[in-house]
Amino acid sequence: MLADIVAVLSSACLLLGAFLIISGAVGVLRFPDFFTRMHAAGVTETLATTLILLGLMLLAGWSIMSFKLLLILLFILITSPVASHALTKAALHGKLQPLVDEKNER
Amino acid sequence: MKHCLSLAFVLMVLWLGNSGYYSPLFLSLGALSVVFAVWVSHRMDVVDHESQPLHLSGHISFFYCWLVGKIILSNIDVVKRIWLGNKSISPCVARLPLSQKTDMGKVIYANSITLTPGTVSMDIEGATVLVHALTAESIAELKGDEMNRRVSDLEL
Amino acid sequence: MLIACAVAILVVMVMAIIRALLGPTIYDRILAVNLFGTKTVLLIAVIGFLFGRPDFLDIALVYALINFISVVGVLRYFEYSHREEGGSL
Repeated sequence: MLADIVAVLSSACLLLGAFLIISGAVGVLRFPDFFTRMHAAGVTETLATTLILLGLMLLAGWSIMSFKLLLILLFILITSPVASHALTKAALHGKLQPLVDEKNER
Repeated sequence: MKHCLSLAFVLMVLWLGNSGYYSPLFLSLGALSVVFAVWVSHRMDVVDHESQPLHLSGHISFFYCWLVGKIILSNIDVVKRIWLGNKSISPCVARLPLSQKTDMGKVIYANSITLTPGTVSMDIEGATVLVHALTAESIAELKGDEMNRRVSDLEL
Repeated sequence: MLIACAVAILVVMVMAIIRALLGPTIYDRILAVNLFGTKTVLLIAVIGFLFGRPDFLDIALVYALINFISVVGVLRYFEYSHREEGGSL
C-alpha cells in the first residue's frame, strides 16, 4: 500500500520534471535574446532538476543512493545561480545590451 | 576553533555518505583525509565565518522554506509565459536598493534573486543591485521589498 | 517512467545543441553548453537507475563538479580576452 503510493508519487515527480525541462528548453530556443533565454534555463535548473532528483530519491528509498542524489541536488542548486550570475556579468562586460520592452523604457 | 570543528564534521559526513564501506581500514583512511583537509584549510586561512556561516544556520532554514514556495510560484509563471510565446513577456532592467550591511547578506540576496526564475541579478554596485526581469510584474514584486527585508533579518 | 524521463532529457540535450549551434552570441553558446552539462548529470543519474547501476551516481556527482568549473573557467577566459569585440563571435 505505502509502496504503491511512493511509486505513484515518484512517477508523478519524474513526469512533471520531464515536462518542465522540455518547457525550459523550448524557452531557450524560443525567447528573443540572451537575457530572456537565461530565465528559461533557470526553470530547468531549479524546479525541474529538483523534481527529477526527488523522483529518483523516492525510488531509491532510505539508502546511500538517496544521500548521493541529495548531494547532487544541493550542488546544482548552489552552483546554478553562481554560473548564471557569472554568465550575465560576463555578457554585461562584453557590452551585450539587454532587450528591453518599449513600454518599460524610462 | 568551532569553525574547524564544523568543517571536520561536514567532511566526515561527506566521507561516510559517499564511501559506503565501513571496515576499519577505510574508516581510518577517512579520518586521516579529514584531518589532512582541515589542516590544509587552516593553513590556507580559509576556515572562518564566511566558509562556515554558523551564525546564520538558525534562521536560514525558515528563509529557504519561504524561498522554495517563491521559486515554485515563479516557475509556474515563467513556464506559462514560455508556452504563451514572445508576446506575453516584457523584459526590463531595474536598479534596486540593498539594505544588507555585510557581504554575506548581499550575496544571499543576489543569489536568491537569481535562483527565482524570471529575475536575474546582473551586477552589484555599492548599495544597489542591477536586476534583469522577464516581466515588469516581477520587478514590481521585488520592489515590494519582502525578500530584501527577510534577508536583512537574517543578518541580526 | 524512467524511460520517459530519459527520453525527455535526451530531447532537451538535442535542443541545447541546436541553441549552441544557432548562437548568435558567444554567451548563448555558453548558456546552452551549461544547460547540456546539467542535463548530462541528470541523464547519468536516470540511466544508473534504469540499468540498476548505483555506482553511476558517483560519476554524476563528479560530472556536476567538472561542469561548473569548466563553465566558470571558459567564462573567465571570454570575459577578459574578448571585451573589445563586443562579445560577438
